[in-house]
Amino acid sequence: MRTANQTPRTAGQRLGWMGVVIVSGLVFFFLMAPVMAIIPLSFSSGGYLLYPLPGLSLRWYQEFLGSARWMMALRNSMVIGVSTTVLAMLLGTLAALGLSQWRSRLKPLVLAVLLSPMVVPVVITAVGLYFFFAPLGLTNSFAGLILAHTALAVPFVVVTVSATLQGFDQTLVRAAASLGATPLAAFRMVTLPLILPGIASGALFAFATSFDEVVVVLFMAGPDQRTLPREMFAGIRENISPAITAAAALLTLFSVALLAALEALRRRGERLRAGGA
Amino acid sequence: MSAPLASLKLRLRRVERARQLRHAVLILPLLLFLGFTFLVPIGTMLWHAVDDPDVARVLPRTVAALHGWNGQALPGEATFAALAADLDDAAREQTTSTAAKRLNYDVAGFRSLLMNTARHLEAEPPAAGDAQATLLAIDPRWGDLESWGAIHRASGPLTDFYLLAALDLHRTADGHIAATPAEQAVYVDVLLRTLEIGFIVTALCLLLGFPTAYLLASLPARQANLFMIFVLLPFWTSLLVRICAWIVLLQGNGLVNGLLLWSGLVDAPLRLIFNRTGVYIAMTHVLLPFMILPLYSSMKAISPAYMRAAASLGAPPWRAFVQIYLPQTLPGIGAGSLLVFILCIGYYITPALVGGGGDQMISYFIAFFTNETVNWGMAAALGTVLLTVTTLLAMAYARLVADRQTTGGLK
Repeated sequence: MRTANQTPRTAGQRLGWMGVVIVSGLVFFFLMAPVMAIIPLSFSSGGYLLYPLPGLSLRWYQEFLGSARWMMALRNSMVIGVSTTVLAMLLGTLAALGLSQWRSRLKPLVLAVLLSPMVVPVVITAVGLYFFFAPLGLTNSFAGLILAHTALAVPFVVVTVSATLQGFDQTLVRAAASLGATPLAAFRMVTLPLILPGIASGALFAFATSFDEVVVVLFMAGPDQRTLPREMFAGIRENISPAITAAAALLTLFSVALLAALEALRRRGERLRAGGA
Repeated sequence: MSAPLASLKLRLRRVERARQLRHAVLILPLLLFLGFTFLVPIGTMLWHAVDDPDVARVLPRTVAALHGWNGQALPGEATFAALAADLDDAAREQTTSTAAKRLNYDVAGFRSLLMNTARHLEAEPPAAGDAQATLLAIDPRWGDLESWGAIHRASGPLTDFYLLAALDLHRTADGHIAATPAEQAVYVDVLLRTLEIGFIVTALCLLLGFPTAYLLASLPARQANLFMIFVLLPFWTSLLVRICAWIVLLQGNGLVNGLLLWSGLVDAPLRLIFNRTGVYIAMTHVLLPFMILPLYSSMKAISPAYMRAAASLGAPPWRAFVQIYLPQTLPGIGAGSLLVFILCIGYYITPALVGGGGDQMISYFIAFFTNETVNWGMAAALGTVLLTVTTLLAMAYARLVADRQTTGGLK
């Protein structure tokens, strides 16, 4: 639907609109260029990260998949990411459910505390965790990393689930109660299915947060807990082997899948809400 | 009011209170969790910025003897004797280096002064009443007020030494606060550099983000959704992947320089990475979506009726844009800019990988003091400075976003 202020009518307006289109086009190019540039390199048969490609091959994928270091990093990232997601999903959903109905003068303060890990620079959180966890023996451990990543990821779950709950009609729960459902049954059969898309997209955010996190890992992980981003950090610092581009291409594919999943969830959420209204 | 009604009201209130309590209980697990994994760690960091136990532990008698010292004249023989006795104990318990490390932060060369003195005292302990002469013979720096001032300042249990140092300030022997000499002052520069990079990246994001958000908000939904992928895909792509890609693109023989050389715009490859240019390019790339998304949602909320009304009243398009459209996007501009700025000044990974030595921001020094030199006090003090700046900006952001919600995006 085009509206009055967007349909260019005068020459000046047309010129202005053209300017917007050109700048935006350049911005889209700027945003996509790095992602687009690195994927072809992962198929290069040469040992240098340069264009033009000397030939095509899958050797860097073979090296990535055959390397014990990269595979351990991938496994560590998955273990930490999945554990973080489960923990953040549980804690975050419970809190969002409570927050949606809780009325108190303390609420803005509590909300600020719950969301602050999103705003506080990660380096500060990482230093604090390092100082606090070191004497407790939680550095150089998976448990410590999972706890730390959950703290960073949980605000995203709170935000997404809260957003879903905002469109949620509480009379549905009352209706269920009036039909004899226990609170738990009402939650399981009415509330949960309706807010599930919100929980799922929160979980995706949580997983992505942990999967891409490198600052806390730099401070707290021992050699046995090196994750994929940590390995990439070391790779970029020391000397970029083309195997890193294979990792990058696979991670990009993963981001595309994540984005598609989120979009599907958003659509499903919209449909459900439209159906429920 | 009749009695049954009053009791009903009371019961209702009780039920409501129980319900509210149930809701609060649901929030409690997360609150406790974040207490353990976030609040207490941040508190620990803040504590380390003022905690100063080392010197008092290693040199207890000296610290006690210096209590109440005014810093105007050299302390008396009793204090010298206390130091000699403390160093004797410390040598036996092998704790001298702990105190030496702490004092060396304050006065350069203090480590060797203390270690050397301890070694000499071990070889030939001073005779009674002769401590001052012995120490002065070992090292004339024991005759400097500054040396004793350093011990006095480090007496603990709390100190403002690290926080002052983070602002390029220090205390003189007699307790006044003075500016650190220009050749040693670094942290104010680092903070200013951090803010400068923050401003420039924010400005670049606004400059590039505004037209883009405008286009996305103006296009029909189907097309807008399609173009939105170009914003969201990089947003969801791993930070390390993007940094790696920029290094590949911007390096001396990379794609960008190749194109520039080929087109004849330049004769020699430009230095585009591992310097400030690289930091600006990579940071703008990372943060641009954080500008576009809030701008987009604020522009989406502007009813086209306003622009139509302005046009029907005879306003030329540019005037309608400046006077009607732009003011309505101001909350979006404010929110997006603050968000980008807050995120930018806290970044560590991107500048560490694509910047040079002179492009490192405050986060780099926090990490450096934590991991490399293990000067936790300094790391914590710089962290406190960064946290303070961030908190103030975040409060402004929360205000701005809350205002926008109450006015529905208008005004």
